[in-house]
Amino acid sequence: MSATAPGFWPRALRHPSFLIGALLSALVLAAAALSLVWSPYPPADIDIPNKLAPPSAAHWLGTDSLGRDVASQLLVGSRASILVGVIAVGIGLLAGVALGCLASAQRGWVEELIMRVTDFSIAFPALLTAILLTAIYGPGLLTSMVAIGLAYVPWFARITRGAANAIWVRDYVLAARAAGKGRWRITLDHVLPNIASVLIVQATIQFGTAILAEAALSYLGLGTQPPQPSWGRMLNEAQTQIFQAPQLAIYPGVAIAVAVLGLNLMGDGLRDLLDPKLARQR
Amino acid sequence: MLSWFLLKRLLTLVVTLAVASGVVFAALELLPGSAAQVVLGDTATPESIAALEAKLGLDQPALTRYTRWIGGLLRGETALSISYDTPTAELIAQRLEVTLPLALLAMAITTVAALAFGVYAAAHHNRLGDVGVMAGSQLGMAIPNFWFAILLVLLFAVKLQWFSAGGFPGWREDEGGGVLAALKALLLPALSLAVIQSAMLARVTRSAVLEVMREDFVRTARAKGLTRRAVLWRHVMRNALIPVVTLMGLQFANLVTSAIVVENVFVLPGVGRLVFQAISNRDLVVVRDTVMLLAAAVVLINFLVDVIYAVIDPRLAPAEAS
Repeated sequence: MSATAPGFWPRALRHPSFLIGALLSALVLAAAALSLVWSPYPPADIDIPNKLAPPSAAHWLGTDSLGRDVASQLLVGSRASILVGVIAVGIGLLAGVALGCLASAQRGWVEELIMRVTDFSIAFPALLTAILLTAIYGPGLLTSMVAIGLAYVPWFARITRGAANAIWVRDYVLAARAAGKGRWRITLDHVLPNIASVLIVQATIQFGTAILAEAALSYLGLGTQPPQPSWGRMLNEAQTQIFQAPQLAIYPGVAIAVAVLGLNLMGDGLRDLLDPKLARQR
Repeated sequence: MLSWFLLKRLLTLVVTLAVASGVVFAALELLPGSAAQVVLGDTATPESIAALEAKLGLDQPALTRYTRWIGGLLRGETALSISYDTPTAELIAQRLEVTLPLALLAMAITTVAALAFGVYAAAHHNRLGDVGVMAGSQLGMAIPNFWFAILLVLLFAVKLQWFSAGGFPGWREDEGGGVLAALKALLLPALSLAVIQSAMLARVTRSAVLEVMREDFVRTARAKGLTRRAVLWRHVMRNALIPVVTLMGLQFANLVTSAIVVENVFVLPGVGRLVFQAISNRDLVVVRDTVMLLAAAVVLINFLVDVIYAVIDPRLAPAEAS
């Protein structure tokens, strides 16, 4: 990280895709934070006489088929997306980085075994893992977070191992080994700090795909369960009203797209900013 | 060298499929309580649970059931679905008539759109067209495919009324459908599946083309008097195709699983809708066989990509095998 340490922020503030991405991501994060202390109405409050109301001063984005305030649901729904992103990426990152570092530090049959297991895990994309787990444990936010996280483990393991192997042959690692440092000390002191930027970029992008996956699962009714609002389920409910209230199908989709676009742009920007090769050229 | 690579890759394929089948089987084996209990729900009597356990063969040891399951799958003799009382192979074969053409149509749209936009962007590198394609692809990657599907319904079914909002008429004319009607019903779902995939593929195509355009042989081809267009299609594309083909393999696998969601938006009677309904009906036999089929499809497609890869560029095979 030494190559990026002095000039990161001055460069980041001039990087358009990082800036736009960070702003969009901050917007979603702020919405989630705000929803913890305030929302225009309690999101689950049903008001049948006022159902499918158009946008007004009282209901900024109108109400849904049960008279619930759409803006409040949207605001509180951001929590589910962020929660899934944090937990799923957390699971993928923790287990994947541990496996990748283990493979890279031990080499030999341990590495071979870990890599073969990650090979076969590609047979289970997040959606299939989620379906399998839902069939067993029933639908729910927890099941989908774990399923998406599990599906990410092999990807993080592969990236970690690839990046870590490149560090293990560096001179300073050889020097540390010659000085008698153990494998785990070297992993913690030298390997992890040097592959952190690769992992940060990957985690940012996976955060976005986790939001997409959660939205799809909730749309199918396999993710977040009522009464907790979620963007995916709002779209599912909107589809049943598409002839009467087509506007309801717009807002949650825009929210998902803004969140994912923000994270993707930020990930791309971070890749430019943290890549030492590019950093040296500037 | 090539045949050694193929043999090794084939062996990996078999092992991967075996492990995947073990995981699917074991996952459903780990059910809290008995599978019959899950199927029948909490209100079931012990007698009805015992009867269903006998019907499903759950009174047999796990290994016997596993070998019977795999043997059945290999011979095409599958267990009866709990809710439909039909062999799952028959159910899945019926549903594949929708899912397979859907995935192929989506892949075709993806390929055409991605190659066109990707090559266009590379040819207009750092100009307005390039920036436009890159911005559009960022947007395409951020849009959930089922939301795009709903937007398409909103525009083409609700506003313009050119297409129906969902459903599938079938391929046979005597059943009220026909090839044209069926393709029309698959067009919007295929488009919504293709958006995110072509956005990704266009970016990879663009960077692959840009990379090849910097090579010496491209400069030589231009120097000997070939036009830009001729160099692009004759020399650059052939060499840029390798990363593109790799991603296409992964994407086809992605399309098959994404179809689960999009089929539900358009109420298409495909494999995705089958597995979704099976979860609601607690039809674990169908869940098990469909998940296994989809997992096997992903593994097989990846195998085929590796083989095509080795045939296109034999240099890659020994590197992979070593």
